[in-house]
Amino acid sequence: MGAEVVIEGLTKSFGKQAIWRDVTLNLPPGEVSVMLGPSGTGKSVFLKSMIGLLKPDRGKCVINGVDIVRCSESKLYETRKLFGVLFQDGALFGSMNLYDNVAFPLREHTKKSETEIRRIVLEKLEMTGLAGAEKKLPGEISGGMRKRAGLARALVLDPEIILCDEPDSGLDPVRTAYLSQLLIDLNAQIDATILIVTHNINVARTVPDNIGMLFRKELVMFGPREVLLTSDEPVVEQFLNGRRLGPIGMSEEKDQAQMALEQAQADAGHHDGSTDDVRGVVPQLQPTPGLPERTGVRRRKDRVMRILHTLPPAAQEGIIESLTPEERVHYGVGGHSVTTSQRGQLPVDDVATVPGSGWREPQSNQSSDAQRMPPPPQQGRS
Amino acid sequence: MSSRASSAKIPGAGMLRETGKLFALGLDVARGIFQRPFQLREFIQQSWFIASVTILPTALVAIPFGAVISLQFGSLAKQLGAQSYTGAGSVLATVQQASPLVTALLVAGAGGSAICADIGARTIREEIDAMEVLGVSAIQRLVVPRVLACMLVAVLLNGMVSVIGVLGGYFFNVVLQDGTPGAYLASFSALAQLPDLWVGELKALIFGFIAAVVAAYRGLNPPPGPKGVGDAVNQSVVITFLLLFVVNFVITLIYLQVVPAKLD
Repeated sequence: MGAEVVIEGLTKSFGKQAIWRDVTLNLPPGEVSVMLGPSGTGKSVFLKSMIGLLKPDRGKCVINGVDIVRCSESKLYETRKLFGVLFQDGALFGSMNLYDNVAFPLREHTKKSETEIRRIVLEKLEMTGLAGAEKKLPGEISGGMRKRAGLARALVLDPEIILCDEPDSGLDPVRTAYLSQLLIDLNAQIDATILIVTHNINVARTVPDNIGMLFRKELVMFGPREVLLTSDEPVVEQFLNGRRLGPIGMSEEKDQAQMALEQAQADAGHHDGSTDDVRGVVPQLQPTPGLPERTGVRRRKDRVMRILHTLPPAAQEGIIESLTPEERVHYGVGGHSVTTSQRGQLPVDDVATVPGSGWREPQSNQSSDAQRMPPPPQQGRS
Repeated sequence: MSSRASSAKIPGAGMLRETGKLFALGLDVARGIFQRPFQLREFIQQSWFIASVTILPTALVAIPFGAVISLQFGSLAKQLGAQSYTGAGSVLATVQQASPLVTALLVAGAGGSAICADIGARTIREEIDAMEVLGVSAIQRLVVPRVLACMLVAVLLNGMVSVIGVLGGYFFNVVLQDGTPGAYLASFSALAQLPDLWVGELKALIFGFIAAVVAAYRGLNPPPGPKGVGDAVNQSVVITFLLLFVVNFVITLIYLQVVPAKLD
């Protein structure tokens, strides 16, 4: 099972400029989490602080009982072996070909024979769709391939924690979907704790178990996916819908005058850049059929049900709707009907401002999953 | 994303901080030399690389350098009527001073700049970060082999420069200044002694260390952007040159105090 990451009161600044302060969150073991945030809110800095590449000013980041912020150097290197990190452009070693790049951690940290290394490396390269490209140098391949090769290298030591820095940037939507599926499949197979930093809404809606959001130098929220996906928080709402109207501006924040001006323009009929309202709980991505079930999902369900009464009503509703009838009996919840197509907990005028919303309540996980992804041909994947 | 704090209120504080970090890296490297596993392959590759970029320029610099010393000293000795000591003087100057400095300048200029550019490019491409995250110390994996390679090549080059410099001096003294080959050779050991050679080699060793550590330090902490790497290479060479002459001065001073001159 993946390791748990406990972050408490983490604060980081460069000189006088605070990046974020008092970030407290808990990456539950074996679950997939996403950290959202507008560009420039220090998401990458957050990742780097988690693995001790940057030293936070205050706070703790505890993994397996080791505080990354304050531990000795040898402990730090030891703990880092638990991590697989995918950097933004792959960060491959430019002087080595793909094969040697992926083999690098094995050669440095294990005493495996070359034939064994070869088997593992080729398996990971095949997994990321790079079979046949092992002789290429990083400079000779496309950005998407570099990214996938970086992922292959991050996976080669069977990490307990996988950190992905914008896995979707520079990838087309199809490859992004494949990559998301790969991460979920991986989670099903090795039960690693995964943290994805991104600003891709599609990834954020379908992949994770938990979602967090950084804005204005702090963690706006972090919790089960249903909480953020149904949130009324203006920042979250604006971000999920990708529109200009709201507290996020071109530079990080905007002032009252700018906000009023944009509101007036929108009221006058100027389009605010958004598509349909995409809030609401959508079915989560499932592992490819044939793979084991994700054990993290089961643990998460237990955990979420325990804290259900503390969550906002909209999130509660979303969670209960996503349960099967047996589970509802098991947890003893869900007296009310779920076929209603209104979100009853929202203020009436909120519902009224978004007529024609393309979003609909998820009827049942199974049927919509079948539409979303036809089962790919089975291939011998061990 | 530079980790440098901009709190340089006290003048010179920034410089002190950089110096301290440079020194800390030097200590880390010194400790890393004794840590296992030793990166033998990287060490051999780097030694070969540094040797291949420095041998030819060093030899080409060494010949005129030896010649200049020999000519200068020859004409001076002639005026003082001490022609028979020409060989002794130029050997002393070449082995003790000229050769380690020539070596160090070229190791820093050719080898150090290449090291700095290499590591600097890896830093801005996040390769160093990636390596650290994979649980591999970049100092242990990249810097230590390069520092050792620089030291080894400096010591070996120093031997070569000494020989070439002395041969050059001999040639110009005998051919141009009508010195007698016998007198030149015979006076070799009149002033020079074995410790002169040792101190020359020791200097080369220390200069090689300094050149590589400064190059690695600037490479690991470049100003942001591709231009930053260029600036870092530039600075690393300049800083190394400054340090070399100061350290050379100190070592020479200590040596002259500790080891008695032969004629006394």
